[in-house]
Amino acid sequence: MSLYQVQKLIYELNRSPEHRQRFVADRAAVLATYELTAEELQAIEQPDIGLMYVMGVNGQLLMHYAALRGFEWDAYIKAMRDGLAQHGAVRTGLYVAAGSLS
Amino acid sequence: MSLVFAGVVSHAPGITGRAQRAEPAARDRFYAALDRLRLEMEETRPDALIVVGAEHFANFFMNNMPSLCIGMSDHYEGPIEDEQWLAIKRRRIPGNAALSRVLIERVMQSCDVAYAEEWKFDHGIMVPLHFLTPRYDLPVIPVNINCQGPPLIPLHRAWAFGKALRDACDAIPERIALVGTGGISHWPATPDSGKINVEWDQQFLQRFLANDRTALLGYTDAQTHREAGQGGFEIRTFLSVAAATEGQTGQLYCYEPIPIFAVGCTVARMTVA
Repeated sequence: MSLYQVQKLIYELNRSPEHRQRFVADRAAVLATYELTAEELQAIEQPDIGLMYVMGVNGQLLMHYAALRGFEWDAYIKAMRDGLAQHGAVRTGLYVAAGSLS
Repeated sequence: MSLVFAGVVSHAPGITGRAQRAEPAARDRFYAALDRLRLEMEETRPDALIVVGAEHFANFFMNNMPSLCIGMSDHYEGPIEDEQWLAIKRRRIPGNAALSRVLIERVMQSCDVAYAEEWKFDHGIMVPLHFLTPRYDLPVIPVNINCQGPPLIPLHRAWAFGKALRDACDAIPERIALVGTGGISHWPATPDSGKINVEWDQQFLQRFLANDRTALLGYTDAQTHREAGQGGFEIRTFLSVAAATEGQTGQLYCYEPIPIFAVGCTVARMTVA
């Protein structure tokens, strides 16, 4: 589980047009610079936005990755709902029940 | 007394980016209230506008997350997001590094803050500026309270920060406008986007407008998360404005729950004494 790395990838894509261009031109080379699990790599590559949501990726990051990969707003919302149906509840992060928050 | 104006506004990206999809009458009432706030702010002839925002991983990330940060540059850039997505054109926004530095040094007397000489504004600041300084002719001093990536600053520390900000403003001759921007209840960018807890919002706004410090500091993050969503953590920005105007009350100019904007769209002004 390297949620931090998945989120860092999106954060860096969001910040840098050059990074986005490299990502579009050679996705595998960019992804190789992050410590990602096979499941994470697959979800990012496909992209499986719903699985990324279930993995715990923050929506404030995920919505931009979805837009980058061509998801309009309604398609983005639907992808997350489909992800919950297909992959189960969110595993970690803010969208898990708030029990751990003081 | 150099704080001359204080208010709060919503900042959700849909407010500009999905404007055409909102119920027109509600949207236009909200836009009119934003314009009223702009005109009233302009009447106070501010030299600079402090925007206390809750940005969304545009500049601050979990590699080095400040709870509180104040910008210190002569200019900023925004929006960081796709221009079409947000429907706001990218541009340079004027700042005032020297004024920032004076304020930061004053705030530091009672409150630890980070500073940033580079800052790319996301929708959290660009949407308010789009309505409040549409000519981009007023220097902006951006302030961020981490409301996105827990652990988050406790509410009483957000309050203390608001007090420190007020003390800093009062110690300088420049005329400062202060605008806090955040959502109240909302579940942004999630499958529950569009859900709004109107009852929770109304109670919060009542406490905010009454500047009821005890009630405002009585919220817990667990309760807020449960009833108002993770977006509710952004009440920290409202609390900092309440603290900066402690002892004074406010007036609500607009509260319109607009689901496609994913938030109860709020405009309010606090009295500055």
